[in-house]
This record gives sequence, C-alpha cells and structure tokens, in this order.
Amino acid sequence: MAQLVNIAAGYIKAPDAVMAAQAELLRAAQASADRARSLTLAAVMCVGFFYAFWRVSPELRARVLCEAFLRRLFFLSAVVAILTTIGIVASLLFEAVRFFREISLFDFFFGTHWSPMTALRPGDTAAADEFVAGSSGSFGMVPVMAGTLLVAVIAMAVAVPIGLFSAIYTSEFASRRVRNIVKPTLEVLAGVPTVVYGFFAALTAAPFFRDLGLVVGLDVSSQSALAAGGVMGIMIIPFISSLSDDVITAVPQSLRDGAYGLGSTRGETIIRVVLPAAFPGLVGAFLLAISRAIGETMIVVMAAGVAANMTINPLESVTTVTVQIVMLLTGDNEFDSVKTLSAFALGMTLFVITLLLNVAALTASRRLGQRYE
Amino acid sequence: MDTVVDMAKAIKIQAKDVNVFYGEKQALNNVSIDIEDRSVTAFIGPSGCGKSTFLRCFNRMNDVIPSCRVEGSIMMGDVDVNNPQTDPVLLRARIGMVFQKPNPFPKTIFENVAYGPRIHGLAQSKAELDDMVEDSLKKAGLWGEVADRLADQATGLSGGQQQRLCIARAIAVGPDVLLMDEPCSALDPIATSVIEELISELQQRFTILIVTHSMQQAARVSQKTAYFHLGTLVEYGDTKDVFTLPKNEQTEAYISGKIG
Repeated sequence: MAQLVNIAAGYIKAPDAVMAAQAELLRAAQASADRARSLTLAAVMCVGFFYAFWRVSPELRARVLCEAFLRRLFFLSAVVAILTTIGIVASLLFEAVRFFREISLFDFFFGTHWSPMTALRPGDTAAADEFVAGSSGSFGMVPVMAGTLLVAVIAMAVAVPIGLFSAIYTSEFASRRVRNIVKPTLEVLAGVPTVVYGFFAALTAAPFFRDLGLVVGLDVSSQSALAAGGVMGIMIIPFISSLSDDVITAVPQSLRDGAYGLGSTRGETIIRVVLPAAFPGLVGAFLLAISRAIGETMIVVMAAGVAANMTINPLESVTTVTVQIVMLLTGDNEFDSVKTLSAFALGMTLFVITLLLNVAALTASRRLGQRYE
Repeated sequence: MDTVVDMAKAIKIQAKDVNVFYGEKQALNNVSIDIEDRSVTAFIGPSGCGKSTFLRCFNRMNDVIPSCRVEGSIMMGDVDVNNPQTDPVLLRARIGMVFQKPNPFPKTIFENVAYGPRIHGLAQSKAELDDMVEDSLKKAGLWGEVADRLADQATGLSGGQQQRLCIARAIAVGPDVLLMDEPCSALDPIATSVIEELISELQQRFTILIVTHSMQQAARVSQKTAYFHLGTLVEYGDTKDVFTLPKNEQTEAYISGKIG
C-alpha cells in the first residue's frame, strides 16, 4: 500500500503493469476525494455565510452572545486544565495500586534494599528463583528516598544562603539602578534549561570535586551527590532569591522606620526586625524550592548516578526517585512487570511529597499576608 | 501664678535656618525655632506644609529617604544634629520617635520593649532588662494591662495599646526627647484621650515634639505651638496665645477652620 501511494504520487516508477493500473485507480480515488473535500468545505462556508447574513439584524444582541461564548470558552479551558491533572493523578494512582498488589506497602516504604533491575517476576526462571527470596526486598524505597533527600539538602545548603543573601542585598541595600541590573540577571539563570545544568554537573562539577578530593586525600566518587546537589543548588538560587526579594520588599516600611527610630543600624534592622517579620514568607519560598529540588530530574540523571546506596556521605554516588523513574521507564521493558509498575509507585510518592510541601508553602506565605493586612 | 522668670524654661533644641529639599523641590524654607526643655511643642498646619518633614530632621530620619537633603543647623545641647560627623544611630538612641501608625515589631510584648536596650547593650543582666521593660511599660501606662501577658505577640494588642507599646519601646532606650508624628491619627477617641493624658505625664521627664492634625489636641497637650504653612514657620508662641490671639491672619484662618 505504501508503495502504491508512492507510485501514485509519482515518487517511484511502477515495477509492473498491475501496479501501474492500481496506482492509476488510487490516483483517481484520491482526486475525487479531494474534490469532495473542497466541495464540502465550500458548502459549509456558504451555509455559514448565509446563516450569519440571515442572523445579522438590528434586533440581534450580538454582544451578549459573544460574552456568553467567551465565558464558556474560558471556563472550558479551566476545566481542561483541571481534568487533565485529575486524569494524570488517577492513572498514577491506578498503576500504583497495581504495584502494591504485588509488593506490600510495608516493603516498599520501609525496605532498605532497592534493585528493581535484578528482581524478575517471582517464579520466572531458575536464575530468578535464587533471587525470589530477596525479590520483594529489592523494592525498598528507603535508599532511593535517602538519596533524594541528600541531594535536596545539599542543594538547599547551597541555594538558601546565597539566594537569601542576594535577596537581602537587592531589597535592602542595592540602589535602584543596581537592582534593575542584578534582579533580571538572576532571573536569566532561571531560564537556563536543566539539561545544560546537567552536563555542567556531569562534565565540570563532578570531575572538579573528584580532583579536589584527590588533592586533599578524600575518595570522591566520579558521580557524587555533592556535584549533583551543588549544581542543583545553583539552579535554585534565582528561584529563592526572587521569591525572598518579593517577601522582604513586602515587609512594611513602618517597621523599618520604627527600628531606625530606636537607633538600629541597617544590619540590626534587617536581622532583628525585617527578617523575623518576613519569616513565614521566607519559609514558604524555601519549601517551594525544596519541592523543586526533589522533583528535579535532569541534573541528577546526568550527575548523581544510579546505584541505590544508603548513605549520608555526600562524596559517594547516590540515586534519586526521579532518576529511578527514568531508568525504569526508558528502554525496552514489559509494561506489566512489577519493576515498571514500581515507577508509578515512586511517582505517586514523589507527587504526594511535593504536594504537601507546596500546600505548606502556600499556608506559610498566606499567614504572612494576613499579618500585614 | 509664678513669676515670669520661672515660666521661661531652658532651651533644649535650637534649630536655625533649616532648609529641606526633596530632589529639586524645597519642602522647608529657613525654619528657625527654639524648643523648650521638658515641655510639649505642637506642630500644626495643613497637609504638606512640612511639619512632619521638620520633625524627622531632629533625629535625621530623612537620611532614610535617598532624594532628601537637609541644610541648616540643629543644636541639641552640644550635639550638632545635622553635622555629617554626627552618627545618626547614636543620635536616634537619644531621641525617641513614635509614628503615625502603631508599628510594633512582630515579636512578643516583652521583646518589643527590650529591643532598644538589647541593641544598645543598656542592660547588664536579665534582671536589669526585666526592670527596664517594666519601668518603660509603667511610664507608658501599659503595665497594668499587659503585666501578665508579656510573652504574647504584640500584634495581638488593640491599636491604642500598640501605640502605647511603641511609646514604651521608645522610652526604654532612655531618650531626652520624644518625637511624635500624629500619634493618634489611627486611634479612636478613647485611645486618643489615654495617649493625651500620657503625653502630659511624660512631659515631666521628656521634651516632646508632636505633629498633629487636631487643633483641639494641640490646644490640650502643648505649651508651645508652631504653625507651618507651605514649608515656612508662620507663627510660633505659647499655645494659649496662638489659639486665642493669633498674630498672623493665616494662622487665624487655619485655627478658625477657614483653610486647611
């Protein structure tokens, strides 16, 4: 058939008379189909034109109809966004439930061994039989979660001080001119694709930390949590600095005046009055940043490694929830295997965690808003 | 009645030819004034006449506004307020300020009052700090209301209580002068009368400068009144004279309600 289409279109020569005749028929059929399509289109246009022409009259209140149409359009868009979200969550939930039919909740959430690639379906082959005993144990998400948290903690350790301090600088010290340069520049950082950060982490940061480790006599893995977390921290800096700047700027000037009036220096005013006043909002900003760090994928895929080590040593290689999901769902996999399903369970867990963090962040910043009208 | 000599009090602050500019715009024009020690001086005048700007000159609060420039000399004792060599941080420790809107810090009542003594290192021990806080709250007439809830958030107090807390906070640093920028404009009449009584009491210890929009308030609490109009000091004298026998017709028009 594909050959026929090509012959009919004249891309290739027909190999024999039968094919040529068939191609001729196909061409005729296509031509008549084209004609029919044009005619239908013309007919629809005519009908539409005459309908519109017939409706146009002084009595028609087109404005009201337009408004109603627009309102429905906007409502529909909102509904589509919400429905797709619900759909995604539902499919996640559905697959996760299938996974938990195979592996118990307890083993998944509290198991300390993660190696889904070696765990075949129970009773599959003799080779697998040796592993059956440990089969359920290899879906323990604790080491994966620990790796995720370790990378996120390192990222926050980098991003919170730098982001917060730069926010304090732009909001309290910088002149308007400096602020107008520094703020957009920081926000450009937020526009760098994460894959770029990823190979920066894998090709620049990780070797750097390894070489540094050699110099001081430390054994640093070439895919260290430190490199991945550090680069992720750099990625989050603009996020934190931008949100914190907004929060600090929102602290009423009257509080600063009060502090200055009592003879506070600038530093005392910021540390003792402005930051405590901004605290709930800052916590909100940090929580949002953590939830981004936990959900971040590209950097860790490229720089953190895949071995599920249970460690808090930042110099070792760790793996994260997002990396494991990528590993489980890319490449040739049977879709019904427990190992594929475990990706959905991991995804579900991740989703619940970031959801909770986001809700907490929103609550925290709302509390700030209430305090100052 | 005492003799005239007893009535004349010592001069606490002497301002001479003060000019203030916001960018190109001149907000105050050659204002000279002598403020008496331990008295209440009221600054009155229509909005935008420069009275608040003038008040903020005494503790260099105008430094906070980038485009603002102050000229002239203000002598407080032997301190040259407007001299660039004078440290505004030390100056503000000697001059308390109370603002239009109560602005307690988002801390506990105790921490609000203890803030000043803490940053200036005035208390040597916890007990001394406790005493300072209690003393300041007593002077501000708030002790009885908050003695049993010093650990509560200050933002939970009523507006009038918050404003008295701000006064206590200012007093705790041990100033000689209190600047009050329309301290009652955000308060209801009852809270206002409490603050006014308080001002009369505080006058025993402090030199008070108060900006107010309420002429009744100026008449009730002050001994001296200064009337400002369009950045100039139009009339300055004993409050009873300014209100009963104004020398200037602008002043008379303002206090009789014809302008402003």
